[in-house]
Amino acid sequence: MKRYLPFIIVVVVALVALASGTVLYRAKRPSILTIPKSALVSGSGGADSIHIRGPASAPVTIEEFGDFQCPPCGKLSDPINQLEREYRPRLRVIFRHFPLLNHAHAREAAFASEAAGLQGRFWEMHDLLYREQPVWSEAADVQLLFDSYAGMLGLNVDRFKKDMESEQVKVRVASDQKHGAALGVRTTPTVFLNDRALAPTSLNPTGLHAAIDAAMKTTTPHT
Amino acid sequence: MSGSRTRVIFYTVAAVISLAGLADATYLTVIYLTGETAVCGGSASCFQVLGSAYARIGGIPVAALGALAYFGAFSFATFSAFGHTRMRMFFALIVCAMFATTLWLLYVQAFVLHAFCRYCLFSAAVTFLLAGIAVAVPPSR
Repeated sequence: MKRYLPFIIVVVVALVALASGTVLYRAKRPSILTIPKSALVSGSGGADSIHIRGPASAPVTIEEFGDFQCPPCGKLSDPINQLEREYRPRLRVIFRHFPLLNHAHAREAAFASEAAGLQGRFWEMHDLLYREQPVWSEAADVQLLFDSYAGMLGLNVDRFKKDMESEQVKVRVASDQKHGAALGVRTTPTVFLNDRALAPTSLNPTGLHAAIDAAMKTTTPHT
Repeated sequence: MSGSRTRVIFYTVAAVISLAGLADATYLTVIYLTGETAVCGGSASCFQVLGSAYARIGGIPVAALGALAYFGAFSFATFSAFGHTRMRMFFALIVCAMFATTLWLLYVQAFVLHAFCRYCLFSAAVTFLLAGIAVAVPPSR
């Protein structure tokens, strides 16, 4: 028996390592792709393409004009993600860029998210930028950090860098800003619920919950 | 204590230490494959290292190669502890390769990226311990 013991130990460890790796993989994977791919529309085309989470048939739409460097936007990001999961498929979320001039890196962050979007990872970069906002906002070399975020997300970093400089992403961000300005957006976050701007006092989990519930009662699903 | 018994203890300790490295490297491999980013939450240095081009070789994550190396070190140490004398040489060789790779990765972190990742430093510590054991283990007569 002792003769075979090392073989048994090695095989058992190999199986345990593979099994725990697989379990960990399955546990981590859903936290990244929070919504089914079929329910994602991530603008990767022209200026009019937008970033949507949730089905087009959802009776309630939240449209956020956000700035990745704005702290209140960062605080609102998680609650909106949770609401999207909670109300799915009756709620869809649209994100639009509105980088403010007083935030030194907000435009670069918007470009980074769009460049990630061109490789199909807009929402992952969106969540990452908001989560890491306190870190990159203070960074001396913000581009270096954005590149490393792209690397962590498994993007082609060379392409990401080129795309960040491209006219395509600049036009995309400018298009959202123009749209927001036309709607009267001045600050961030500005959130529209079914085309109606929510009061800043409602921009918290409780307020959003109440507003969505009220909208659910008064709307019927789109066809 | 006899040299034989000391060797068994050394290789057993090396096998247990290798498991810690295997767990760390497996975790980082899964993180790479899932694209999970919370692992580096709040640490710019961690992002700079794990998100850099040095974190993969030809599309293969360095962590996956590390997991294989730790598994190899574990296997050779286990067989050595059970008296398979030929495996001692393989253990010494793989630990030597891991030590050299760790020095290279530390150099990259210190002088190229100017950033350190805690998981990578843990792995380096594990490899240094294994190298220490490989050097300290009494030779067979």
